[in-house]
Amino acid sequence: MSKPILRIDSVRKTFGGIVALDCLDLSVAEGTVTSVIGPNGAGKTTVFNLITGYLAPTSGVLRFRETPLNGKKPHAVAALGISRTFQNVQVFPTMSVLENVMVGRHLRSRAGMLSSAFLPPFVRPEEKRIEAAARLWLEFVGLTAHADTPAGSLPLGNQRKLEVARALAIEPDLILLDEPASGLNSRETLAMGELIAKIRENRITVILVEHDMELVMEISDHVAVLNFGNLIAMGTPGEIQENPEVIAAYLGE
Amino acid sequence: MPIKDYIGIAIFLAIILVIPFGMENDYYLGVMVFAAINCLTCVGLCLLMGYAGQISIGHGAFVAIGAYTSGLLTAKFGWSPWAAMGAGAMLVTAVAFVVGVPTLRLKGHYLAMATLGFASIIHTVTVAATHLTGGPAGVLNIPRISLFGFNLDTDLKFYYFSWMAVILGLYVAFNLIHSRVGRGLRSIHGSEDAAAAAGVNTTAYKIQIFVISAVYASISGSLYAYYVNYIDPDPFGVMHSVLLVTMVAVGGLHYVWGAIIGAILLTLLPELLSFASDYLKNIGIQYQPDYDFLVYGAILLSIMLFLPDGLFAGFAGGFRYLRRLAARGLKWKTEKKAAACE
Amino acid sequence: MTDVLQFLFMGIQRGCIYAMVAIGFNMIYNSTGIINFAQGEFVVLGGLMMVTLTMAMQWSMISAFLAAVAFVTVVGILMERLTINPIRNPTVLRLIIITIAVSILLKGAAMVFWGKGSHYMRHFTEAPPIEIYGATILPQTLWIIGILCLVVAGYVLFFNYTITGKCMRACSINRDAARLAGINDRKMVMLSFALSAGIGAIAGIIITPVIQMDYTRGALLGLKGFGAAVIGGLGNSMGAVAAGLLLGIIEAMSGGYISSHYMDAIALVIMLGVLFLRPGGLFGSSEVIRLKEF
Repeated sequence: MSKPILRIDSVRKTFGGIVALDCLDLSVAEGTVTSVIGPNGAGKTTVFNLITGYLAPTSGVLRFRETPLNGKKPHAVAALGISRTFQNVQVFPTMSVLENVMVGRHLRSRAGMLSSAFLPPFVRPEEKRIEAAARLWLEFVGLTAHADTPAGSLPLGNQRKLEVARALAIEPDLILLDEPASGLNSRETLAMGELIAKIRENRITVILVEHDMELVMEISDHVAVLNFGNLIAMGTPGEIQENPEVIAAYLGE
Repeated sequence: MPIKDYIGIAIFLAIILVIPFGMENDYYLGVMVFAAINCLTCVGLCLLMGYAGQISIGHGAFVAIGAYTSGLLTAKFGWSPWAAMGAGAMLVTAVAFVVGVPTLRLKGHYLAMATLGFASIIHTVTVAATHLTGGPAGVLNIPRISLFGFNLDTDLKFYYFSWMAVILGLYVAFNLIHSRVGRGLRSIHGSEDAAAAAGVNTTAYKIQIFVISAVYASISGSLYAYYVNYIDPDPFGVMHSVLLVTMVAVGGLHYVWGAIIGAILLTLLPELLSFASDYLKNIGIQYQPDYDFLVYGAILLSIMLFLPDGLFAGFAGGFRYLRRLAARGLKWKTEKKAAACE
Repeated sequence: MTDVLQFLFMGIQRGCIYAMVAIGFNMIYNSTGIINFAQGEFVVLGGLMMVTLTMAMQWSMISAFLAAVAFVTVVGILMERLTINPIRNPTVLRLIIITIAVSILLKGAAMVFWGKGSHYMRHFTEAPPIEIYGATILPQTLWIIGILCLVVAGYVLFFNYTITGKCMRACSINRDAARLAGINDRKMVMLSFALSAGIGAIAGIIITPVIQMDYTRGALLGLKGFGAAVIGGLGNSMGAVAAGLLLGIIEAMSGGYISSHYMDAIALVIMLGVLFLRPGGLFGSSEVIRLKEF
């Protein structure tokens, strides 16, 4: 693999007596869609939390393009170019859909407390740029019609799309999607798959944690299988489906 | 800032300008000055609690620091009142940083108790540090403040001065709310994890807004000192901090106008109650000022149980309901007419 | 030597009260995850009611004790039923403000019924102070220590050897699992409020002869009791007892050797220090703090 965009080297994470990740080695190639699958408790969301700075590894190093991620706070990780969505969707419920995405533009804007408080005319051009960019990303995911709706009143499928729009508004190089199809019906899942393909077309690397095997096998370039905190297999969807260890672990198709 | 906020401020300004003409005597002007002072603190507190979602049951301490700094620098060291107010704001900024950094890492109840503890400590210091603060006797002979050469020595002049300060405070608050910063604050309140993932430095923002709300409190404390020309530890006890939270919560935690409503209502409450007590006496109930606490507690509890988003949200909801009723009534009327024509 | 002992006795006396208030905080925290800001008012109400029953109505100590505790327990149950239980989807902020409102209400009620003055109550036993190495210890202090021991013993027995107690512990560890096992978690919450109020009342009753209770005492007692709870590790009642005693002793020592004016502030500064540096408390672990909700 030419320089991977993300490298996880011998990462171990324990919580008291529980071993969430045993000794994880994983590399993700740039511009690909990599899915991380595995039974519940295999450590998948822990990996996301380690990458994005919500947790610190007990040992080992996570690297984003040679920059170590260990110990960085989540907003600093976002500033490097990594964004994410959450397993239980975290929109800002009282803010409108448009405002939610505008928060995603936070890192691409600069107005601080003092200029915002006392010099609003100076800040207005930047505000217009933020709004325009946010509307573009709303259109990308197909939520333009709902721009002024309070985010909390959207159905789950649209909330997941909103989270993706917000994550994309950061203009990341790497986006982590945590179970984006969870709770969606088959039509919505297909739409999510198309959205992920569109993201890849924009040359953003995608790492996906998912349980929906159809979606995983359909959209992924690579699949990594975790079990009991270890990587037990990594390869193309076809290879994974044939892998006896994986089948033993949980596919059981 | 959206148009409706400008309109709101304009209407508010108009009301402020007109009120003194309806006042029979200066006593009520004085009560309105206190209301303005509380409004200013509550606007800042509302930014902290309603928009950033952080709790502080200790803001009375910042009011006290502002008041004492202004009082001491002017009365004992001859500073000009404006310079002293600025010094108070700077001191409070420093204190708020020192207190905020470790405290704002705590969550929910821990934060509430820590701020309460801080307020209690400051109160103890104001009483005990006699050589510095004058102890229970306080600071006397605080000079009056003057604006553009006008010495603000009457209730009426201070009334306009203090309410202009409130309007300025509102203007700044609205600017913040409708900016990138305001969005960042609201996102922290909506979901701190998601806000951080979107690149918002949540800790820095919390600390900054804590400092800003403390400065609001400090300035209101200075205004108090220049109005009453005398300060002692009494008005700045722990109960005042609790009362401030009550004002914001009753008025409407998530709306700056709610903070204004809550502050005005609860400052005026003792007066309203003494009016009511005359009426109550006629129907046989003896109301004494001692019952005030009971009434505060009952009001706060009722609002929190039945109207948790505060009075302002209740009014707004009420308006919406009436509008819907009117729209439906109109529709019904036109349908009747159409039916009658057939 | 005399001085140290004197301050030690004073510290133990105050520390026992902080320990009991802390136990009250912990019980409600364990069953609901919230801090009850009205805890201090339970103490005040217990003391004031006891004063009325023994001094104004001339009841015997024992019956007054039981009646006062029962009264405050009922107040605690009412608080839970009327203000906590009915709330669906509570937010932290709303619950905090609700308990603050109740504390204001109770304080207001205390002021209305008992006035603004402080109230004297006679000691449990009319015996002279006992001399030890030149320092004096009041018999009331011995009562206080003794009753604390009884309360702690009762606490340990209840939570470890009775079914109800074990059910409450189950609820606090994993509420959903406890519900699935058939435990009525809503009733456990009500019970925790009742017990908290009762223990608060006991604390108020035993300290009133020494400090003359008045309606304003609640805030500071509550704050310091919370401080003891935090220092001992929130949720850990054995730690709370140790921390309460420690806090009382340090407070008394500082009052004696540094300055009595700043005594109240010192206990709070210690509480803030622990909150900032080791929020898990001296006897808790920091992982635990991150796993609990608030």
